[in-house]
Amino acid sequence: MTQPRLVSGGPDHLEELRADPIGLMRRVREECGAVGEFRLAGRPVVLLSGAEANEFFFRAPDEELDQAGAYPFMTPIFGEGVVFDATPEQRREALHNQALKGSYLKGHAATIAAEVDRMVAGWESEGEIDLLDWFAELTIYTSSACLIGRRFREQLDRRFAELYHDLERGTDAIAYVDPYADIDSFRRRDAARVQLVGLVEEIMATRTAPAREDRDLLDVLMSLGRFSADQITGMFISMMFAGHHTTSGTAAWTLIELLRHPEIMRAVVAELDELYADGSEVSFQALREIPLLESAVKEALRLHPPLILLLRVARSEQRVLGHRIPEGTMVGCSLAVSNRIAEDFPDPDAFDPSRYAKPREEDLLHRWTWVPFGAGRHRCVGANFAMIQLKAIFSVLLRDWEFALAQDPASYRDDHSKMVVQLARPCRVTYRRRRPCG
Amino acid sequence: MRVSVDLDLCQGHAMCELEAPEVFEVPRKGKARVLDPRPPETLRDRVEAAVRYCPTQAILLKPKE
Repeated sequence: MTQPRLVSGGPDHLEELRADPIGLMRRVREECGAVGEFRLAGRPVVLLSGAEANEFFFRAPDEELDQAGAYPFMTPIFGEGVVFDATPEQRREALHNQALKGSYLKGHAATIAAEVDRMVAGWESEGEIDLLDWFAELTIYTSSACLIGRRFREQLDRRFAELYHDLERGTDAIAYVDPYADIDSFRRRDAARVQLVGLVEEIMATRTAPAREDRDLLDVLMSLGRFSADQITGMFISMMFAGHHTTSGTAAWTLIELLRHPEIMRAVVAELDELYADGSEVSFQALREIPLLESAVKEALRLHPPLILLLRVARSEQRVLGHRIPEGTMVGCSLAVSNRIAEDFPDPDAFDPSRYAKPREEDLLHRWTWVPFGAGRHRCVGANFAMIQLKAIFSVLLRDWEFALAQDPASYRDDHSKMVVQLARPCRVTYRRRRPCG
Repeated sequence: MRVSVDLDLCQGHAMCELEAPEVFEVPRKGKARVLDPRPPETLRDRVEAAVRYCPTQAILLKPKE
């Protein structure tokens, strides 16, 4: 048993993690192999990549590799006692989110299509949008409508999306030193949370007990009489968090990659035109296979995974690939690096949706390295919901509109200065109403 | 076809029961149980849907040996 090797560039890597996390994690794999180490604010982090090490990571039960304590930047956002502060048992219980059950998905697809329709209703026949703003606002409406309820969504506007964005920006890795450090992004985060609680309080004040069938989650929580506005806001923030910046970023990157590859865009648009030629509903088709569009989304996810680094804390001594990991060590799994391993994904930096068509099916073949949704026990419970949501969004957008990049194709990139990855600005595209063919 | 569940990975989300109730059963707060490890070919579409929609990819489907 040996200690994992420490990557170059030390003694500490906090600053590099805040500037170029993917560069750091790639270098760990190059210099140290599948099991390496970097230092985060003085603490060793054992970083894993590749199928064998990833399988160890994803199979480990919570009693061995625990999420508690691994994401200190989330506590001030969710509030004390929510999600990562809860016990593994409480977390398992909470994860069985009723709203994600299969029987609700058809209704969600209709809700999402209606939200896209509302957002584009205000468009002129041509114009320009900021992808970060636009998809972030859309996904606030879709996730609140699907996960909390239509009544709650109807009481939201742009302000909620803007405040929510400030929460997501408040995830600087400085939190590993002090989650309440006196820095601008944390001050804005805390101010945004206070204002969100205020908005939810306002909404609660308008509520009178509705008929049972009209109740949304807020009515249910209020009727229990046990929770303050602060606690309810914390629950809503946490329910929406996992599906918000992730879906928003994936929608934006799918559109960018399709615009960078016009021949693939043409094929996807033709696929959708054929599918909807008979006038069928988005709520019907989004639940079914749309192979080219799905492959394009999967490839956007592989190249631009919304989460680039998953973390745990070892609750007991662990052994992986001949290396010893002492109790209390942080253990990381790099999705961004694993997704581009050349042995598993030939020509790994190329946008090539055909890698998911039969017989290649590289996502299924490499289930421990094709990991944009994670894998194993804690694989994203919303993966199906996310795919249905993205299919519904593009079914509506590409049916009526055509898009073009408004800047150099190479200029679109992610901002990695925070633990929650977002598109870097500028990220603009133009739109124009489609003309009937022929 | 032969169906099995990796109980290491199963977290009891019960999507399989929704897709193929003839083949899977998930008790409340429990993990998936395979009711019929060798289901008839007529159920293939449903079993494949259960494999695809399992949030933790815990279901294994093997062709008959």
